[in-house]
Amino acid sequence: MKKKVLTVDDSRTIRNMLLVTLNNAGFETIQAEDGVEGLEVLEGANPDVIVTDINMPRLDGFGFIEGVRRNEKYRAVPILVLTTESDQEKKNRARQAGATGWIVKPFDPAKLIDAIERVTA
Amino acid sequence: MDMNEIKEIFFQECEEQLAELESGLLKLNDGDRDPETVNAVFRAVHSIKGGAGAFGLDDLVSFAHVFETTLDCVRSNRLEPTPDVLKVMLKSADVLADLVTASRDGGSVDAARSRGLVKELEALANGELPAPSVHTEAAAAKPAEAAPQPTDESGFQPIPFSFDGFDEEDEVTLEGSAYEIVFKPRRELYSKGNEAALLLRDLSRLGEMSIHCDTDALPALDQMDPEEAYFAWKISLKTTRGEEDIRTVFEFAEWDCDLEVKLAEPARPDEEQPMVPVPFDLSILDETPTSEEESEEPSASGIVAATLAAAETATNVTRLASVAARVAERQEASAAAAAPAIAAQNTAAASSAGQTIRVDLDRVDRLINLVGELVINQAMLSQSVIENDATGTSSINMGLEELQQLTREIQDSVMAIRAQPVKPVFQRMSRIVREVADMVGKSIRLVTEGENTEVDKTVIDKLAEPLTHMIRNAVDHGIETPEKREAAGKSPEGTIKLTAKHRSGRILIELQDDGAGINRERVRQKAIDNDLIAADANLTDDEIDNLIFMPGFSTADKISDISGRGVGMDVVKRSIQALGGRISISSRPGHGSTFTMSLPLTLAVLDGMVVTVAGQTLVVPLTAIVETLQPEASAIHSFGANHRLISIRNSFCPLVDVGRILNFRAIQANPVEGVALLVESEGGGQRALMVDAIQGQRQVVIKSLEANYTHVPGIAAATILGDGRVALILDVDAVVAASRGQALKPELALKPEMPLAAAG
Repeated sequence: MKKKVLTVDDSRTIRNMLLVTLNNAGFETIQAEDGVEGLEVLEGANPDVIVTDINMPRLDGFGFIEGVRRNEKYRAVPILVLTTESDQEKKNRARQAGATGWIVKPFDPAKLIDAIERVTA
Repeated sequence: MDMNEIKEIFFQECEEQLAELESGLLKLNDGDRDPETVNAVFRAVHSIKGGAGAFGLDDLVSFAHVFETTLDCVRSNRLEPTPDVLKVMLKSADVLADLVTASRDGGSVDAARSRGLVKELEALANGELPAPSVHTEAAAAKPAEAAPQPTDESGFQPIPFSFDGFDEEDEVTLEGSAYEIVFKPRRELYSKGNEAALLLRDLSRLGEMSIHCDTDALPALDQMDPEEAYFAWKISLKTTRGEEDIRTVFEFAEWDCDLEVKLAEPARPDEEQPMVPVPFDLSILDETPTSEEESEEPSASGIVAATLAAAETATNVTRLASVAARVAERQEASAAAAAPAIAAQNTAAASSAGQTIRVDLDRVDRLINLVGELVINQAMLSQSVIENDATGTSSINMGLEELQQLTREIQDSVMAIRAQPVKPVFQRMSRIVREVADMVGKSIRLVTEGENTEVDKTVIDKLAEPLTHMIRNAVDHGIETPEKREAAGKSPEGTIKLTAKHRSGRILIELQDDGAGINRERVRQKAIDNDLIAADANLTDDEIDNLIFMPGFSTADKISDISGRGVGMDVVKRSIQALGGRISISSRPGHGSTFTMSLPLTLAVLDGMVVTVAGQTLVVPLTAIVETLQPEASAIHSFGANHRLISIRNSFCPLVDVGRILNFRAIQANPVEGVALLVESEGGGQRALMVDAIQGQRQVVIKSLEANYTHVPGIAAATILGDGRVALILDVDAVVAASRGQALKPELALKPEMPLAAAG
């Protein structure tokens, strides 16, 4: 069974790169454009892993992660933060919100896949 | 989709982000302090940086990074967005736009300028206030090779972690060494979606490993909190990798576990705790479901498998098994609950995805061309049916009417696809206002209204140039210097207002400034000097104002003495007319001027009045016609040798014989035998155009005459009628202008020099 990845990113460019990278690596990919849509899509999407951006309109990555972690059904889903912010403060905030790990942009496909493999069985 | 296509998407997205950035900064400039505005501005730069990084556009990344850092200061309230700060930011937005363009089309940007701004941005981020005159400082910024290499590149490198203190151990490990690792997860580790078994799996990939699971903390079942972390692991690992690699495995979990990594002490046969090399089959965690049990229960993921695996090795097998069972049960239940929700989610996703699509413009154009052909074809079909079925009652006839209706609707819908808001063009203008105002030392605010007014993309594309020119003029000549404004009792800051709105099937664009207005005395003098009008010509104020549109009214070198306007306005007028538009000016001395442009919403079709003139079929754009009337002999008054007036409701209006103007006939036709079309020309004046007869009203597909033949004075374009004949579309303004005494002359013969650049 294909692993299902939910990606949440407001940038069309990054969404497309994620889609291509993940599909090429044999993942099933569901996409959302911001935290609000991410939480909507999450219901019933049943992803094996979530990849999310931090800076997004409506609901940012921190809020989105907290939302996922509050969801009884999905609170244990691994969440990888995809962001250019490599500084410790942002990572810590993401962790406090409940992120599992992070991928530093600009991601190269191998790193992305590697990170996903690391947090999924 | 390949990388090139994604790159194309990136550049499209950049355009949007840049627009977002600029409008956000302008809002901030207007005193908007909504955190969401700052966020949106930050996000725009951030997004550009993110995408640019993915494509290795280093210049763009570096600049965006510095910009972003400074914006982050604003976002976190460390930097007050004062007008001076925003000035730097708006300029940075311009440079960012240039960098995007350079990345897309090649070419280079003004390196000195961008370096200067990098310095200014960094200074702002460091809490230094901008110098009052930022412009000169930026220009003076030395093109030193010590260009501030925009901060830390490492910010973007995907460097996982570095523990500098352990460097020396790397060498030791080269031959392979044994490590002892103690790993004790806390409950947070699990609650953040990390999984001890996966970490152990990754660890096992580094070398040879044996594990001891410490289950001492595990309480009795009835006291057990299923979410608590009870296990700890002791791992011996033989690996050629360094400690850093081992730590990297725990990178994500570091905060949520106790982790000890140390080199194993060489030989220590008697361990306090017996280290049992356990058959920890970590391969079970890998994705491919091999056993039947797994495929039966696909949603029971690593947690169960890992727990089961661990259970085999642990002492409390029974207790653990029951935990595992509970976990499995819960997961099964959740999987079942998820099933119906998936369907709902799919429909939700489908509906949200259907909001917009991007289509290659060529495809739309092809569609438009085909619809154009369809319209002509439908008209031809109608024509031949009418010719063969005089009664007009057959069912074919009724069907044709429906076809006509449908064709029209298809056409409107297709046109709507090409319709775009004027916003991008308006937004470009704000940059021009900024730059030119900066150059001439004026302070000017651009106010835009109706940016979402939609018009055909071709019109938008062609609008940018004349509009740019007019804006430059308004800034350079229209608005006075701050000193003069203050002396005149006005605010030192000038205002230029750009408005777009729909009016009766056309788009109306107004450019209004609160400057000094047209200096009529000088304009008049200039016109006399240039032999454009007779020295004793008696002109109304409006007519004087409109002199500035006359070809040859001014040239760049002469205009500098004129405080009014006039740099190449004839070129602007020609561009607008080429779009089938009209432009006029109204001015109030001391209060400013307003340019009004009226443009067709589309360049593809036109509602026209089909008329006959001297045996020729012509189409007169319906938008130009105010009314049609049948002149009576008593209403016609001769005026001089060749001029005639018609009296309409107690006012006189010059009568213009279209056939005579276009040289279709040598002598004027008798007005009483024809029909007069009352038209309004761009100067606001009315003329009655004499034609021989009206054939009807029709929508026609515009075919460019220039593209297919050559420009013909007095003719705007051509079309193909239902009977297959070509009909010429009348250029009403040109005909009216010709009637004022100017001969119709090929406009191409005018000086080809483009004074557009001269204004800057």
